[in-house]
Amino acid sequence: MTDVGEVIARAHREEWAWVVATLARRLGDLDIAEEMAAEAFAAAVERWPVDGVPPSPGAWLTTTARRKAIDRVRREARREEKHKEALMLSDAPEPLGAIDDDRLRLVFTCCHPALAMEARVALTLRMVGGLTVPEIARAFLVQETAMGRRITRAKEKIKAAKIPYRVPSHEELPARVTGVLAVLYLIFNEGYLASGPGKESVRSDLTAEAIRLTRLVRDLMPADGEVAGLLALMLLTEARRAARVSASGELVALGEQDRGAWDRELIAEGHALVRARLASGQAPGRYQILAAVNAVHTDARDVRDTDWSQVIALYDQLVRLDPSPIVRLNRAIAVAELDGPEVALAEVDGLPLEGYHAFHATRADLLRRLGRSEESRSAYDRAIGLAGNTAETAYLIRRRDQLADP
Amino acid sequence: MAQYLISVLDDTGDLATAEEEIAIDVFNEQLRAEGQWVFAGGLASPDTATVIDGRDGEAVFTDGPYLESKEHIVGFWIIEAPHLDVALRLAALGSKHCNRRVELRPFLGE
Repeated sequence: MTDVGEVIARAHREEWAWVVATLARRLGDLDIAEEMAAEAFAAAVERWPVDGVPPSPGAWLTTTARRKAIDRVRREARREEKHKEALMLSDAPEPLGAIDDDRLRLVFTCCHPALAMEARVALTLRMVGGLTVPEIARAFLVQETAMGRRITRAKEKIKAAKIPYRVPSHEELPARVTGVLAVLYLIFNEGYLASGPGKESVRSDLTAEAIRLTRLVRDLMPADGEVAGLLALMLLTEARRAARVSASGELVALGEQDRGAWDRELIAEGHALVRARLASGQAPGRYQILAAVNAVHTDARDVRDTDWSQVIALYDQLVRLDPSPIVRLNRAIAVAELDGPEVALAEVDGLPLEGYHAFHATRADLLRRLGRSEESRSAYDRAIGLAGNTAETAYLIRRRDQLADP
Repeated sequence: MAQYLISVLDDTGDLATAEEEIAIDVFNEQLRAEGQWVFAGGLASPDTATVIDGRDGEAVFTDGPYLESKEHIVGFWIIEAPHLDVALRLAALGSKHCNRRVELRPFLGE
């Protein structure tokens, strides 16, 4: 029973996007595709423990979902003609560009510029990432009902305004890719710092999916520096995954990680991408700068060898492109290593990030290093209250409990 | 094929200049040549509008636009396009040619 449960969970991780994407092309309707995919997974929960797991779970799910869609079309006689039309469309796919990947079409549709940015992110996480509405709501600090409405509204606009299910034409691509990258990076981060109590702290399926899709986009646009930058950033982050959570399920800070456990192959690939971008001589965008920061970190065999002035110089470059408080918070973390916690704390205090756990965790750490235990403790409390990742919460609780008594 | 309304927004109250008129004609010709043109027109100023309520017995006429706003619809196109990407491209061209912001809105499907 448990085994089948695990198989279904794995099928959900691995096949969800594929099932939705395939159905969306065949049915010409994203909303029905999502609904039928969900029903197919529900059928799997019912049937697989009894009938056994099918040899090809993805094909079983797609076939089941498609049958359910056809049943539904038959039931809804009033809308029959319309759907027949849609079903027929599926047999004559429109001519494609260089890439024929349903999941990539799904990504471009979910990331369409006529949708609000927050709707693109939510829709991509739901349709491509397969995250549930509560998980997405949690990732964005939004009420579940509000997130549900956001996704529903986006799907209604796709249908009513006829947002196409296609990979954009060559001329449209550069602008469309920028939006896709922002969404992919958010998916990656959701995988890297998974939310939800009792959840695995790292969902490698999501990080792997984000990397896979980013590789696809890179195949499509090999000359685009930001695509390469994002891929490098993901690889250099993913490379540290094994060292990032301890055996007891606790987050391990960058400075305390076993660098021998870092994935050398991913680091080599990431470094090669960063070097190629530097050699291009083109002004880097935000992902290339963030990749370069991570290249500096992964270059150091020991945390004490880290070139912090280089890290700060890169963050200065990033602040000029994006003066957001989160960028300034990350810059301050590097400043603490070079100029000490007092200088860093002055930069952190006053940033408008009251609802962001990393802001409080950073303050707590700086206050701890300054010996201000009482203030540190309450900052840890705030951070623990806001952190959604189990490994991070465990780390913060240990750090708080290690503080000297007042 | 779907139909979309491209509304032309204006907050100056100025009529199209001679150059804008020519540019609009060029765009209209292009729409016709591509088979994307359904209808288009310019509208007189909002001051000339009358609101009519005929729901309840004798119709009631009220002078002026139904909404007082700084920005008005001064013209529109109705276009035909296979999907939103084409409609967006045409709306962007329309905005450029008439030198004003536009709003793109799909007609309800059947």
